[in-house]
Amino acid sequence: MSVLSKPWIWAWLAALVTFAATIGLTSGRGTGELAYAALSFGAFAAIVGMGQMLVITLGPGNVDLSIPAVMTLSATLALKAMGSEPGTALMGLGVALAVGIGAGIANYALIFLLRLPPIIATLAASLVYQSLAIWSNRGLRIRPPEGLADFATGRMLGLPNVAWVGLVIAVVLWAVLERSIWGRWLLASGQNMRAARLAGIPVELVRATTYLVVAALAGLAGYLLASFSGGAALNMGAEYLLTSIAVVVIGGTSIAGGYSNVPGVWGAALFMFLVVSMLNSYGAGAGVRSVLTGAIIIGIVIAASTRRLRT
Amino acid sequence: MPDPGIAPIVTLTDAAKHFGAVRALDGVSLTISPGECLGLVGHNGAGKSTLVNVVNGGLAPSGGEVTFHGGTDALGAGVRSVFQELSLCPNLTAAENLRIAHGGLKGPGWRRRARAEIRESLDTVFPGHGIDPGAEVDRLSIAERQMVEIAIGFAPRDTPARLVILDEPTSSLDAGIADQLLDHIARFCAGGGAVVFITHMMGEIFRVATRIIVLKDGRVVADHGASDFTRTGLVDAMGHVAAEDAAELSERRTGDEIVRTEDGLAACEGEIVGLSGLAGHGQAEALARLYLGETSAWRSRAVPPMVFVAGDRGRDGLLPLWSILRNMSISILRQGARWGLVDRAAEAKIGDEWKRRIGIRTDDVTNPIMSLSGGNQQKVLFARALASEARVVVMDDPMRGVDVGTKQDVYAMIRAEAASGRTFLWYSTETEEVCQCDRVFVYRAGRISAELTGADITEERILEASFEMQEAS
Repeated sequence: MSVLSKPWIWAWLAALVTFAATIGLTSGRGTGELAYAALSFGAFAAIVGMGQMLVITLGPGNVDLSIPAVMTLSATLALKAMGSEPGTALMGLGVALAVGIGAGIANYALIFLLRLPPIIATLAASLVYQSLAIWSNRGLRIRPPEGLADFATGRMLGLPNVAWVGLVIAVVLWAVLERSIWGRWLLASGQNMRAARLAGIPVELVRATTYLVVAALAGLAGYLLASFSGGAALNMGAEYLLTSIAVVVIGGTSIAGGYSNVPGVWGAALFMFLVVSMLNSYGAGAGVRSVLTGAIIIGIVIAASTRRLRT
Repeated sequence: MPDPGIAPIVTLTDAAKHFGAVRALDGVSLTISPGECLGLVGHNGAGKSTLVNVVNGGLAPSGGEVTFHGGTDALGAGVRSVFQELSLCPNLTAAENLRIAHGGLKGPGWRRRARAEIRESLDTVFPGHGIDPGAEVDRLSIAERQMVEIAIGFAPRDTPARLVILDEPTSSLDAGIADQLLDHIARFCAGGGAVVFITHMMGEIFRVATRIIVLKDGRVVADHGASDFTRTGLVDAMGHVAAEDAAELSERRTGDEIVRTEDGLAACEGEIVGLSGLAGHGQAEALARLYLGETSAWRSRAVPPMVFVAGDRGRDGLLPLWSILRNMSISILRQGARWGLVDRAAEAKIGDEWKRRIGIRTDDVTNPIMSLSGGNQQKVLFARALASEARVVVMDDPMRGVDVGTKQDVYAMIRAEAASGRTFLWYSTETEEVCQCDRVFVYRAGRISAELTGADITEERILEASFEMQEAS
């Protein structure tokens, strides 16, 4: 199979082209800084995008729209628990993950017990999560502990620490999807839920785990993002609603379910950041920027889906 | 025999069709004339479906020529096809499905005219069918959908039907309905129409065909009048060394009862239990209830208590994005797995073993499952179930689209597995298959109307039980 038929290649090509177009304008100045910023900001999109990818792989109708609210709630509660005290970073991580997992259980309970479509269930639940965040936050802006803020904005071997976290998650998820039994179960359930059930797959267990994992990843992303940007804000997750879905689609994962693509999500996350900075450096206004971003996303999706071989 | 004075409907001259390296059709010359009923037989993957698609104009031949004599193309010449994979739109009514094939139905009131046309066609082919032409197709049973599809095939439409191709039309129909169809085919041919009839059921071929063509590896290996063939001669021509039917079923010992449901379905260790009766009378539902009740959507065990062989492949069996191997191994991943990881060496070994044992026609099991013909896909689903160590195998009419030779192989495999203590619950629309079972439950209107054992298992008793409650209720 040639490289061009790999579904992830389009996201990476698009990221490279926008990268080249941006540094072309500055004739090479700031190349390193741009790449570093893309990796930092792309990491957050990649982490929630990989969670969304697992949910979308479950098949038509499965999507988690509560990601922004879960990010906000877990970041708010984690920062409140840590209270800027040194040495509380791990405890804060625990709080963020626990909040995420709790939200995941609530989401899945709504879907399974009340038989609500996932779109409705997660959207409705996200209103509750957002309200909880507002109620517990009360306008306070708590700074993350010093050490945690340093970690979130720091680097290792030249790469941002948040990108390392995103890479480790990507490798783990790739291994799970390619090599593990649970990965096979997920991919089979996404192709045909009824056939998967009749083949002996515990499909409800697979679905429940998936909704828990996506919420836990959203909790982690919220925790990292708040530490990175010096505190939780009530609108911090807002842009990740569209982003988490866009990176999945651009990355070559099948919207119809049953086919996941981890490298594509990373490529798409970088692309989503780079396209905005490219339009910024060309001096496009906010309106033009939105229109062009939308048009470019549509173009990439068409290119990726018409060339895709189903294997 | 065709009258030489009448012009043929379609002529194939050395027609060939290649898909990449696969020669699905390798030079076929064939003339179909009015009044003929052509029986087309061959193994799975012999090229039957490809030949049909070349004749009906759905595929352009890679070599050779296809000539339609009554018009410029297949549609104009009155060539119609009815496919084995149901091809109706499930969200439309029967009448609306007719409209798709009949472009002339338009303007105000077309729905009324379409309803009348499809009702008339159904009445002609299947008198007393009881199908509402205004009902949406997904509310019809599989048998009723097949009947609608056949009726659309024979409906007048824009140009009258001159050649109707039926690709395994009876596989989901019960005996009574199949009879009506065979009678209609005979009437249609007597009235100057032509039919190409594909089936794996020998009895039907000999009942209606005037001429039989045997396909093997994309070539015609025999083409004679039906009276020149005998059953064994036909199977021999298809090139399969069929193991002699083990009619003298030895009295096998069966163990303790391991399945019993509330509605009375029961099975013992090592027993082959058949579910019979008219199609759509609750057999498939009973098996699905049993399977879903015994297995969990939340827990999985290394060795499942029960495995399921789907008959409705697209809905219940296939994972269409995957390779043959992954489709085959999905139910056995936990056997011998460590740390939740797939043991890929063991998986490959099992794939090769079952490709050989059940004869899946592919050079590589990593090819996509959708590259296989319908019958070969069914073999993969068999392998999926038989490769597991589950004690009970539930089969929901699993022989649809499977050729005679493979059927014999699978019967032998089932008998061998049962002898080693496995239990089979087997729903089949073919009485011949049910008669191979140790015990048969006959269903009528969703309930068990009779339980037959041993010498009582005869076609007659089964038919009796299928109908007897009709007057009582």
